[in-house]
Amino acid sequence: MMIEVDNLSFAYSRQSKIFENFSWHVRKSEAWSIIGPSGCGKTTLLYLLAGLYEPNEGVIRIAGSTLKRPRPQTGLILQDHGLLPWATVRENARLGLKIRGFYGPDGRHAPSDAFIDTSAGNKIVDYWLKRLGINQLKDKYPSQLSGGQRQRTAISRSLMLDPDLLLLDEPFSALDAPTREDLEKLVSDLHIETGLTIIIVTHSIEESVLMGNKILALKAGTNHTPHIIENVLACRPDYRGSPDFHARCEELRSLLGRSA
Amino acid sequence: MKRGLDFTSVVIGLLMFALLWQILAWAVHRPIVPSPVQVLPLFVSLLSKELGLHLLASMARVLVAIGLSVVAAVPIGLGLALMPGIDRIFRPLIAILYPLPQIVFLPIIYVLMGISDISKIFLIALIIFFQILVVVRDEAANLHPELILSVRSLGAGRRALFRYVYFPASLPAVLTAVRISIGTAIAVLFIVEQSLTNYGLGYYIVVETYQVLLYPEMYAGILAMGLLGLALYFITYSIELRVNKHLFNLEN
Repeated sequence: MMIEVDNLSFAYSRQSKIFENFSWHVRKSEAWSIIGPSGCGKTTLLYLLAGLYEPNEGVIRIAGSTLKRPRPQTGLILQDHGLLPWATVRENARLGLKIRGFYGPDGRHAPSDAFIDTSAGNKIVDYWLKRLGINQLKDKYPSQLSGGQRQRTAISRSLMLDPDLLLLDEPFSALDAPTREDLEKLVSDLHIETGLTIIIVTHSIEESVLMGNKILALKAGTNHTPHIIENVLACRPDYRGSPDFHARCEELRSLLGRSA
Repeated sequence: MKRGLDFTSVVIGLLMFALLWQILAWAVHRPIVPSPVQVLPLFVSLLSKELGLHLLASMARVLVAIGLSVVAAVPIGLGLALMPGIDRIFRPLIAILYPLPQIVFLPIIYVLMGISDISKIFLIALIIFFQILVVVRDEAANLHPELILSVRSLGAGRRALFRYVYFPASLPAVLTAVRISIGTAIAVLFIVEQSLTNYGLGYYIVVETYQVLLYPEMYAGILAMGLLGLALYFITYSIELRVNKHLFNLEN
């Protein structure tokens, strides 16, 4: 099991509960989409999985151990890419490795078996900058990049840390359609190639159908039981635009009771 | 967007200043406004004599004061930004102390800290301290929460956040605060050096030259103090340009 959420309860202070007695499991190498109306707790759930928030009650275990703080093997990609504005693409991409070097392999901020020296680090950075097609931009600052290029930088920064779990919070919703499709394909390819477990939060029905082998639908108000839709064809290269894809989108749309 | 100041415009500015000074000297035509033609050679020759020592003493005081205030204000400002509970307690106090003209504490500081360089430096440092404290606190508190969350997700704890996010994020503001405090710092330096010392440009200008009517020598002292402020301003500015490369590099 990659993720075990057991009897989770969570509320922001002085607000009603978003999750109560909520249990949900994710197996290794699955790709999940989480969808639901705004305010339903999609992002909250992702931050809980990232170890950035603590459950009020219940337990979250990732890869068998109880989550207490951000876990070094979990990557997190946010809509607002979170790049340092004063650092170049290359420096930004390297940030995670630098932080690991800063603490050393202490098992808490960095995996205890992950020692990377400078030259090995350089190779890793070069590989991922090339793999994500941003190597020619390595000396640019974030303000000189397009939205898609910034998000590629943020993704490369996470992948350099060799994660086994990648959490994405509406990562592509601020991007134009072609850029968005490119990046969706990039993440799907990575998932198929490496078996990386992926959880993507989205408000787009098409994106959730495209990216998630399984879709978790959350509702506004308090979530007690997870509503799960199986979607085995996701991440296939020719899935987008196929009759199956459209049928599944329609199904999900009527399920969520939206016409959008 | 800020614009870089190039070398030519500094030279043109200085020439215009000298010209205006000369016109004023002609118009007033009294010993209190000597011509730059008289003062500039005198300035150069005095610089290698006692004026140079006075300049060094003043420069040392102001540099030590800047250093001390940065070393004290940056960690405290970052600490306040990271601990909103403590910030809430001290915010009203800082809001009162920050705009206060700290120079009025001069006699109290002399009595409490003694008549020495330490009390002079302390007063200058006190003034810069609050400028830096406030900008560092606000700059660090205004960082995007998403930026902090995503850097934390890369494994950063408090120490790494300081090193890789908060410190570089507030450095430009620290430099700006230092730069705009330099004028006030030199003004305070001028006041504290007028008494209870035998070295410093303030002492040279007021006691050694003005009070004995050596007007051209006094002008050499004024010129030294003006140039000290100007040099510190432009040095800080050029460090700012280097640190803020991401703000100036947008065209290429």
